[in-house]
Amino acid sequence: MKRHLISAADLTRDDAVLILDTAEEMARVADRPIKKLPTLRGRTVVNLFFEDSTRTRISFEAAAKRLSADVINFSAKGSSVSKGESLKDTALTLEAMGADAVVIRHHDSGAPHRLATSGWIGGSVVNAGDGTHEHPTQALLDAFTVRRRLIGPDAGLGKDLAGRRITVVGDVLHSRVARSNVHLLTTLGAEVTLVAPPTLLPIGVETWPCEVSYDLDAVLPKSDAVMMLRVQRERMNAAFFPTEREYARRYGLDGDRMARMPEDAIVMHPGPMNRGMEITAEVADSPRCTAVEQVANGVSIRMAVLYLLLGGSEPATTPHAVTPNTVRPEEAQ
Amino acid sequence: MPKILIRGAKVLGGEPQDVLIDGETIAEVAPSLTAPEGAQVIEAAGKILLPGLVDLHTHLREPGREDSETVLTGTKAAAVGGYTAVHAMANTFPVADTAGVVEQVWRLGKESGYCDVQPVGAVTVGLEGKKLAELGAMHDSAAGVRVFSDDGKCVDDAVIMRRALEYVKAFDGVVAQHAQEPRLTEGAQMNEGVVSAELGLGGWPAVAEESIIARDVLLAAHVGSRVHICHLSTAGSVEIVRWAKSKGWNVTAEVTPHHLLLTDELVRSYDPVYKVNPPLRTEADVLALREALADGTIDCVATDHAPHPHEDKDCEWGAAAMGMVGLETALSVVQHTMVDTGLLDWAQVADRMSVRPAAIGRLAGHGRPVAAGEPANLTLVDSAYRGVVDPAGFASRSRNTPYRGMELPGRVTHTFLRGRATVVDGNLT
Repeated sequence: MKRHLISAADLTRDDAVLILDTAEEMARVADRPIKKLPTLRGRTVVNLFFEDSTRTRISFEAAAKRLSADVINFSAKGSSVSKGESLKDTALTLEAMGADAVVIRHHDSGAPHRLATSGWIGGSVVNAGDGTHEHPTQALLDAFTVRRRLIGPDAGLGKDLAGRRITVVGDVLHSRVARSNVHLLTTLGAEVTLVAPPTLLPIGVETWPCEVSYDLDAVLPKSDAVMMLRVQRERMNAAFFPTEREYARRYGLDGDRMARMPEDAIVMHPGPMNRGMEITAEVADSPRCTAVEQVANGVSIRMAVLYLLLGGSEPATTPHAVTPNTVRPEEAQ
Repeated sequence: MPKILIRGAKVLGGEPQDVLIDGETIAEVAPSLTAPEGAQVIEAAGKILLPGLVDLHTHLREPGREDSETVLTGTKAAAVGGYTAVHAMANTFPVADTAGVVEQVWRLGKESGYCDVQPVGAVTVGLEGKKLAELGAMHDSAAGVRVFSDDGKCVDDAVIMRRALEYVKAFDGVVAQHAQEPRLTEGAQMNEGVVSAELGLGGWPAVAEESIIARDVLLAAHVGSRVHICHLSTAGSVEIVRWAKSKGWNVTAEVTPHHLLLTDELVRSYDPVYKVNPPLRTEADVLALREALADGTIDCVATDHAPHPHEDKDCEWGAAAMGMVGLETALSVVQHTMVDTGLLDWAQVADRMSVRPAAIGRLAGHGRPVAAGEPANLTLVDSAYRGVVDPAGFASRSRNTPYRGMELPGRVTHTFLRGRATVVDGNLT
């Protein structure tokens, strides 16, 4: 594993399988009466959130706490950041406080990359979603969910997703989830198809390692998993589609459409869902929909990522945390 | 002032000549001259002698953003880059949309002494695109403005653009358009294409530039005016300008050094030093721009020198300012992309970087032949030099160069402004 997790494209097939296998071990911890491991005791994980995202933040928080790390939540709202403090100064502050890992959610694409490469901080950087760029832990938890459902928790160990057909439907243009999933799922050997109105596909999508279709009904029978992306109603006002109802008719997943999917195929959603927009309640509440499982799997995946970045291969104390005046405990004796 | 004899320089890259400067003018040009009594002799064997370079597009930032550049530091940077005249863009604070502001900039240029500063006037009040600024007053002022531009913003209203094109005919002015359709570029962060799709950065499509250029060449033809296109950046724009010129319409265009060399692949680093407007485009665009500069479709190179303080680039991409400094590296980039590739010879470089920009700006005394009786605005270039760009040595107050650490050819060793050396052996006087 590298020191940071910025993009799903940085992961090799073996890296990704290792994370999924590690997450499977972590998932077993969740079944114990005491859901806690001592692995990251004394390490500090900062959740640096420039965008509201309670779900992702508490998922990372739960993951870090189950590994016994100290967790600091730094929300940009109401802090010095909203008063004009730069990302650099925020980073320097966190560095001075001895953050071993910074989990960052930012409205600008590339902000985590900048944080990791600028030299502002010495710890690991985990991208928890940047602008319309990437959200790699979401893609990992999606892949984990697909592997568990289609292959099985134990049978899946060591395996990738070779030959599995996964369809991603919705606002690809603005979706960091879609970008990360295209990278990761294809790295894992899956065949990915994107379905969206042409207005919600980026110029340049033709170079991506996946198929593109405008016709959901044609793709559904050939899908082992269908991932519905959240579509913001505001997009309507920017003329990406005429009305909410037209979008739902052409690209929403309802019971009739779900019936055209293969019997064992699953429906996924990264949440939060717009019920009645991209997905009907009937589908969302059906046993084929994995939305709630994905949330649980998210904690396991984030535990695996933090464990592998912080505990897996590096010594327990990182050099940057030692100031010249600090005496290591073993030297003091 | 002692006479100066430049010995053995290849004038416009041709045969070696001796050039004698007496006072503010070139006294004599001949294969072999005897140095007059007391004359200063500059041995220039192997070096290239060009007319002083002229920039149609410079942001000097004063008044208002003296933290990034002043007229003094900007003209020093210009002299180091071999320039003897620059056009100072109007997007200052306050905007150069009145006779008072353009005269202030003009006066600061006079006081600097390193380079002539020709202020550009805003087309519309506050660059807002709504109401024509007092173009005639700016022309009639001491600054004698002939180039008008809302650069940084597009004059997107077709009627305002038409009126501006028509109005400035009365005093042989020209409107220099920053071609950017605003609605198509809302939230734009980089060129729209394969790289933006992957990086998730808002796209700045080529069509947003090309549609405005198409409209404006048609408007210029309709009202019989001349129009100048700033920092043309796409292959499609080249096609439109080529078509307009084939019709005989009075259209001129410029390209920046960075658009001749760099592509949007660099944005993968998310390093805001590559953030610029118009954005870096693709390899195919770069090649089309070079070809167009070579065949004359694009008239000239203009730097779009855009200084920014360190903090405006030392941040995440979305928060960073757009622009790059360019005065001190322009000639090296042009040598690298155009001369060393065989696309232009040095006489054509003189044409694209001095003669034509001076002609478009109607700038007297610049872009003149290297001949007896002409003003001694001259630039001496060591084209054999190769060096690594180190912004720490820049004369500009800002360091936002995309060429940091890059090896580039060519170095200006001497610049003369009306006979006075502003740069000697690469150093400011």
